[in-house]
Amino acid sequence: MATTTSPRPAAPPDAREAALGRGRPIGGFELWTWVFMRISGLLLLVLAVGHTLIMHLPAGGVDRINFGFVAVRWQSPFWRTWDWMLLMLALLHGINGLRTITLDYVRPPGWRFAITMAFYVIGFTLMVLGTVIVVTFDPTRWGPIG
Amino acid sequence: MVTAADVLDASDQARPTIDTIPLTVRVRRFNPEVSEDSWWDEWTVRCDPLERLVEVLHQIKWHHDGTLSFRRSCAHGVCGSDAMLINGRNQLACKVLAQDVAPRVTIEPIRGLSVLKDLIVDMEPFMDGYRSILPYLINDSGEPEKERRQSPEDRHRYDDTTKCILCAACTTSCPVFWGDEGYVGPAAIVNAHRFIFDSRDEAGRERMKILSEKTGVFRCRTTFNCTDACPRGIEVTKAIQEVKRAILFERF
Ligand code: HEM
Ligand code: SF4
Ligand code: FES
Repeated sequence: MATTTSPRPAAPPDAREAALGRGRPIGGFELWTWVFMRISGLLLLVLAVGHTLIMHLPAGGVDRINFGFVAVRWQSPFWRTWDWMLLMLALLHGINGLRTITLDYVRPPGWRFAITMAFYVIGFTLMVLGTVIVVTFDPTRWGPIG
Repeated sequence: MVTAADVLDASDQARPTIDTIPLTVRVRRFNPEVSEDSWWDEWTVRCDPLERLVEVLHQIKWHHDGTLSFRRSCAHGVCGSDAMLINGRNQLACKVLAQDVAPRVTIEPIRGLSVLKDLIVDMEPFMDGYRSILPYLINDSGEPEKERRQSPEDRHRYDDTTKCILCAACTTSCPVFWGDEGYVGPAAIVNAHRFIFDSRDEAGRERMKILSEKTGVFRCRTTFNCTDACPRGIEVTKAIQEVKRAILFERF
């Protein structure tokens, strides 16, 4: 029986490209959460520090914040948007930070998955609750604003 | 008749006497056949102030306690065998002088890898990370007639990361690796950098995909422990950031 001695044909270029990962996306979830942590961090710097300066530090602190205070403040779409963005970004940023810490310190895959899922569920629930409040809050339902 | 022994004796006598210094060496010991726990041993020896710590360990092993175990090979900072936690910092025992640590030095195994005996750790998880990033030239564009040529500028692009000797000083100084040895660690990223930025290599994208996984480069928190630890002076954190940036902009 004759043996074939012809050299192995070169792989077609597109197959080689595929083997080397050309054309397939790189980055993905880990890249974009990494970018998100940085962008949300910058936004939080404005939103959270601004929030603290306005709400917590003036004389009286949080003690002067009551139903009336919020009712007046939230008449402005600006402050509603501010507070909603602060809530969303802090939750997404915080939950993703906890996801990363879980990756660091929880090694059994089952526990890792369970704990991460618990964070996701808690985060999602808080985001939904917060959004519902920000969108539907209507102080006039409880009487005239004082 | 003059014998070889006479010559040696004469040369010994001719040698200038060295002012030796006392050095107390405290070593964290572990031997699973003796105890489940580690313990501390301490020896005080006299040595040449210019003696390297690896030779002091030899002196202890050869003259005081033959059971003391550590890795070393070249004794000249090239092979990467003897990374140890010396006075709380990862260093090569063959690049630390007695006079730099006298009168007292504490030596422990590098952290984050399981200890097999005394200063010898299981390097497999470290090597797994290294192997995972394809640490070899990949070029399927056909065989060149001679060598694969490269401009000095192209060669310079990854010069720093060619210096790695795989001692694991960086990876075992990284708190993310301490927590999760699944993280590929700085040394693997340094070696990925060495090929990603090599103009002759074609698998940069493949490596960047591997480093975009949960175990990859985005676990880095920029603590700079790796840069501080590297006995070769490689700018490890910078290399890691360059890989992150290459992935972000898909440019390399
Ligand atoms: C004041 C503005 C803030 C800035 C500039 C900021 C910035 C950052 C950055 C850049 C990271 C990523 C660290 C890394 O990957 O190396 C991070 C992580 C994290 N952030 Fe923030 N952040 C801010 C506010 C917050 C707030 C309000 C929370 C809580 C809701 C939070 C919770 C976390 C957590 C849990 C992590 C993960 C820690 C880790 O990766 O080890 N941050 N932050
Ligand atoms: S980068 Fe430096 S510290 Fe890390 S393994 Fe290589 S030589 Fe050792
Ligand atoms: S023994 Fe080779 S690097 Fe120290």
